[in-house]
Amino acid sequence: MNANLKEIPPLLLVFFYLSFLTVGGGMAAYPEMQTLVVDVHHWLTEEELIHFYSVGQLAPGPNMMMVAAIGEKVAGPLASLLVVIAFFLPTALMTFAVGKLWKRAERWPWRESIRRGLAPVSVGLILSGCISMAKVALSGWVSVVVTVVVFGILLKSKINPAFLILGGAAVGYFALHG
Amino acid sequence: MSDEAIRPPRPSIGRIFWEFLLIGATSFGGGVVAYLRNGLVTRNAWLDDKSFVELLSISQTMPGLNATNMAVLVGDRLRGVLGSVAALVGICLPGGLFMFTAGYLYHFHKSMPGAPAALKGVAAAAVGLVLATTVQLSGKSLKGVMDLIIVAVSAVGVAVFHWSVLWVLLGVGLLAVLWYRPRREEKVDEKAGEAAP
Repeated sequence: MNANLKEIPPLLLVFFYLSFLTVGGGMAAYPEMQTLVVDVHHWLTEEELIHFYSVGQLAPGPNMMMVAAIGEKVAGPLASLLVVIAFFLPTALMTFAVGKLWKRAERWPWRESIRRGLAPVSVGLILSGCISMAKVALSGWVSVVVTVVVFGILLKSKINPAFLILGGAAVGYFALHG
Repeated sequence: MSDEAIRPPRPSIGRIFWEFLLIGATSFGGGVVAYLRNGLVTRNAWLDDKSFVELLSISQTMPGLNATNMAVLVGDRLRGVLGSVAALVGICLPGGLFMFTAGYLYHFHKSMPGAPAALKGVAAAAVGLVLATTVQLSGKSLKGVMDLIIVAVSAVGVAVFHWSVLWVLLGVGLLAVLWYRPRREEKVDEKAGEAAP
């Protein structure tokens, strides 16, 4: 892997920016991530981005650790570490600061308004992330069936989603290989 | 006020790091919040349920992932800045190494027979997972027609008209917050009474 070190500054800038868009979940930043990582900088193809996001669903811990894979793919181990820092540190610092002020803001009536107003916006953003993903990931009836079955099982049961992701891998392997 | 608030437990930095490392390494399949509650409230009694929910509501309001925001807030509550750092690094480390390895292996995936096909299946399953998460989240946080309109405007704006997520957050977000602005008739008396020590 030739380390593409000159890509590191733009990588950091992009993930620093994306960090602030993760309101209500990492998926909220997905459409913007696709625009910047795929269309603007051509670091990944849209399929590759989806692969990383999806494999990320198998990783333990915070949902968006897949940014480590993006960093590694684009410019090697150092970039991987720096991208993780760029993506997680800004919001960590912000939350740290707000955590200190939160108690004092208890009687500030806008606090509830902000929470209340941003909740549906973040659902909308997550939904649009889902649409961006589906447009690329759903090609052919096998993938549509996998999506629908996983969706149905998750709504009806408390099964650990990691098993369903592995199930998806198995179905893909046997039904789409060759 | 519970005893918790008067005498917070003071686990060592090493203990905090270890506990979050454990949560970071075992929380497969998303839903980190449940793992956090199990580790912090049930297993170690570092927080009571009331503080856990309070910190969670900050985590959910702020940008950033719930898991990392919770690590920062809980770490700080237990041991200040160093506690935050220990918790944050701990919870990110296992998944980070996992995904770093995955990213490395990905360079070779095209030469592994069946890997591209398996990845197609994984991607389709992930779409189902995100869709289910969206529906569950909607059930919990959406009430009334206005919420549905806000969801639709944000989703269609980004997915169809390719509005920037930032502008949706600032624009639609601002309008939504204004829509839910504090109303005059809210029970000021009750709040004032509650806040008195």
